[in-house]
Amino acid sequence: MSDKAVQKNTSKKKKGQWSEVWRRLRRNKMAMLGLTIISIFILLALFADVIADYDEVAIKMNTSIRLQGPSKDHILGTDELGRDIFARIIHGARVSLQVGIIAVGIAIIIGGTLGAIAGFYGGKFDNIIMRAMDIFLAIPSILLAIAIVSALGTSMLNLMIAVGISSIPSYARIVRASVLSIKDQEYIEAARAIGAKDTRIILKHIIPNSLAPIIVQGTLGVASAILSTAGLSFIGLGIQKPAPEWGAMLSSGKDFIRQSWHVTTFPGIAIMLTILSLNLLGDGLRDALDPRLKQ
Amino acid sequence: MHKYILRRLLLLIPVILGVTFLVFTIMYFTPGDPAKLILGESAQPAQVEALREEMGLNDPFIVQYVRFITKALTGDFGRSYSTNRPVFDEVFARFPATLKLTAAAMLIAIAIGIPVGIISATKQYSALDSISMIGALIGVSMPVFWLGLMLILVFSVNLRLLPSSGSETIKHLILPAFSLGVGSAAIITRMTRSSMLEVIRQDYIRTARSKGVAEKKVVNKHALKNALIPVVTVVGLQFGGLLGGAVLTESVFSWPGVGRLMVDAIRQKDSPMVLASVVFISVTFSFVNLLVDLLYAFIDPRIKSQYR
Amino acid sequence: MSNEFLNIKNLHIHYVTEEGTVKAVNGVNMEINKGETLGLVGETGAGKTTTALGILRLVPNPPGKIIDGEIFLEGQSILELPEDEMRMIRGNKVSMIFQDPMTALNPVMTVGEQISEVIEIHEKLSNKEAFEKAKKMLELVGIPGARAVDYPHQFSGGMKQRVVIAIALACNPGLLIADEPTTALDVTIQAQVLELMNNLKNEFNTAMLLITHDLGVVAEVCDKVAIMYAGEIVEYSKIEDLFENPSHPYTRGLFGSIPNLDEEVDRLKPIKGLMPDPTNLPSGCKFHPRCPHATEYCKENHPEDTEIAPEHKVKCHIYTGQVKPKGEI
Repeated sequence: MSDKAVQKNTSKKKKGQWSEVWRRLRRNKMAMLGLTIISIFILLALFADVIADYDEVAIKMNTSIRLQGPSKDHILGTDELGRDIFARIIHGARVSLQVGIIAVGIAIIIGGTLGAIAGFYGGKFDNIIMRAMDIFLAIPSILLAIAIVSALGTSMLNLMIAVGISSIPSYARIVRASVLSIKDQEYIEAARAIGAKDTRIILKHIIPNSLAPIIVQGTLGVASAILSTAGLSFIGLGIQKPAPEWGAMLSSGKDFIRQSWHVTTFPGIAIMLTILSLNLLGDGLRDALDPRLKQ
Repeated sequence: MHKYILRRLLLLIPVILGVTFLVFTIMYFTPGDPAKLILGESAQPAQVEALREEMGLNDPFIVQYVRFITKALTGDFGRSYSTNRPVFDEVFARFPATLKLTAAAMLIAIAIGIPVGIISATKQYSALDSISMIGALIGVSMPVFWLGLMLILVFSVNLRLLPSSGSETIKHLILPAFSLGVGSAAIITRMTRSSMLEVIRQDYIRTARSKGVAEKKVVNKHALKNALIPVVTVVGLQFGGLLGGAVLTESVFSWPGVGRLMVDAIRQKDSPMVLASVVFISVTFSFVNLLVDLLYAFIDPRIKSQYR
Repeated sequence: MSNEFLNIKNLHIHYVTEEGTVKAVNGVNMEINKGETLGLVGETGAGKTTTALGILRLVPNPPGKIIDGEIFLEGQSILELPEDEMRMIRGNKVSMIFQDPMTALNPVMTVGEQISEVIEIHEKLSNKEAFEKAKKMLELVGIPGARAVDYPHQFSGGMKQRVVIAIALACNPGLLIADEPTTALDVTIQAQVLELMNNLKNEFNTAMLLITHDLGVVAEVCDKVAIMYAGEIVEYSKIEDLFENPSHPYTRGLFGSIPNLDEEVDRLKPIKGLMPDPTNLPSGCKFHPRCPHATEYCKENHPEDTEIAPEHKVKCHIYTGQVKPKGEI
């Protein structure tokens, strides 16, 4: 078979594999619930500007209506500066999802590359990279993120970098493990034998094979990145006021907890639902991608 | 066994050195001139320059690091930029509070997680199982600081049962420990359940049943000890998560631990304090992980004989 | 007074799963007399292990369930017994040796504890006495008693199987069920373990149900043999009868797929086709899709036992006279 034919064949196989994964995922009610909730959040985030104007509703103070409970005009009530909490939550979804996804993207690119190098070349590279990862892992990840943000200064980009860097080790480990598991398999030997370059082997064989665990870890990783972001903002190291961010909303609402319950309740529920949906989806993907794990 | 412990202790040294190097490097790039910070905005450039020289801030990075680490080995992590007291003393003074909070949270997590996980596994697909699994899912999805706020809302503001801040009595510990521990409890529950389900299908469980062992004993004696082996790893890793989460919980409940000290230090750009806090917590985490690994040997005879 | 120890009548066991119902055991009958050895032979998935677990009422439930039938131990029906009375039978009256000794022992308990546990449950002995007896049992199976304090991972596969045998025989059971006890072992160890089992069984006058797919083993130790296919016993006879006159086409097929050193044959004759899908068993005779003699009649009618000689029963339409064999059977 020519190289092209092989490729066509495998891509056909891949396609069937993915539709099979989707079929299994669709049968999992909890995963579908997760997918639905996260889709709603993504849609709300995408159309946030259409639903509620950023400057007028989410940012502008209006002290005459401060700390009002849920009503027809403000379905989730208003905060301590008279801003609509629902509008702030959907604009906050934008921030959280962006930071979460980009942070995980950073972590996957850096961690994945390091893991691939460690696994593929082994020996000294492996030793140095994995010992470095051990050091990262010795620091609780939120503390590492805190240290990085405090050094870089607070901005959305720095937040993404900090959260991303602190979750590098898990991706490095995953990719390294899957590289090691397939490195010595015969088809890789065969690719080598016909003179394929390392980069080609990595791109064509190793990356597609590590995809499944990365997708699962990535989904769960976005959840924990959103949690970290909210946590950092809560202690004043994340997104700065007056920008709407869920953790920051909780932080400022906290001082008014004795007067109005809704200011601290709703942003927290938004975080919880997002994390919950991503966890459900991640668990579902894990089962769908590896049916052997399911009893 | 002693040899193994010694070897593991020695292996900790490069990790701790690495941690200090990593955090030192990060803090080195913190914007702002420490000398200016100490002397205040009104200081003369000449004064600032003199202090920089005195503090060794003009030396190359690596020289600064080596100086830091040699001093750190003797317990001298430098002085706070804001209070001018030795940071080690401050962190050390605050540390028991953090340890108390984390340990209490861990105990709560284990006390909930393991029994609920076992019941859930032995009654798989029952209503009880569904409820605990949904509970666990919600538990892992709640941010610690939000759970803290909700607990304050219910137990302090509405029911007026428990205090929302301070650390004087055991009553003060309940809400912070609970809000910190719930997430870990959820993770331990899930882990115990899945590990138990895995073990219960093993051949040796069938052997035990074929001997006429009562079902209760099959679960509590034959299955549990095997199922706990992976749970112990998770408990160890959770400890790190709890130490990190404590930083946030301490902020919610005004708990006087290292976490709050660190957050305040960051606001004041007090790098030595931040550095010492991070290093202190990470070293604690490493030691806990070492203890967990040693605990393995007591549960799993296969590992014990490996290191004899 | 009958000499019968075990009597199974019309046993049906199903596994109900999302993907369908697996009909693992379909109307099995068997009797084993005191001290007698019955060989249960069949391919993987024929329902041998499920039948054995059924006798101990240890079919995993869910998904497994005993749908119909009766099991008598020394005349006592056991399917209706309350669970704690059933427990007093397991390991005491009936005990079982499992296929894979590598996984059959609890890795976190010493072998001594695992042997003495069964003794403590069924015999009124103190902790210490039970442990002493456990040591004796170890010596009986050829392992020094001092090793009772060791853990399973410190033993080899053959040694582990000896420990499993010690557990099974510790309370002197009336029936020993051995589920492919030697399959997972090295060939050289297989013979040793088999001999040990056979000697101990004769010494204690224990009846045995030996599950295997190895006709050689059957010839060596069994008094009677039952051939199982797709959850049914298709041929049942004394050992000599079976070897002299294998009658069911499936049994013949089994013999045809073993190389014979005495005869010159050009090639082995394996049974064509595969075991049927247990969630979707064929109609009529379950062997008909693979049977060289099958006719339309076999497809539609389920054969019952035909006694072709004393104590030699076959489930095949050839012997009911409904089907003419094509050439030699």
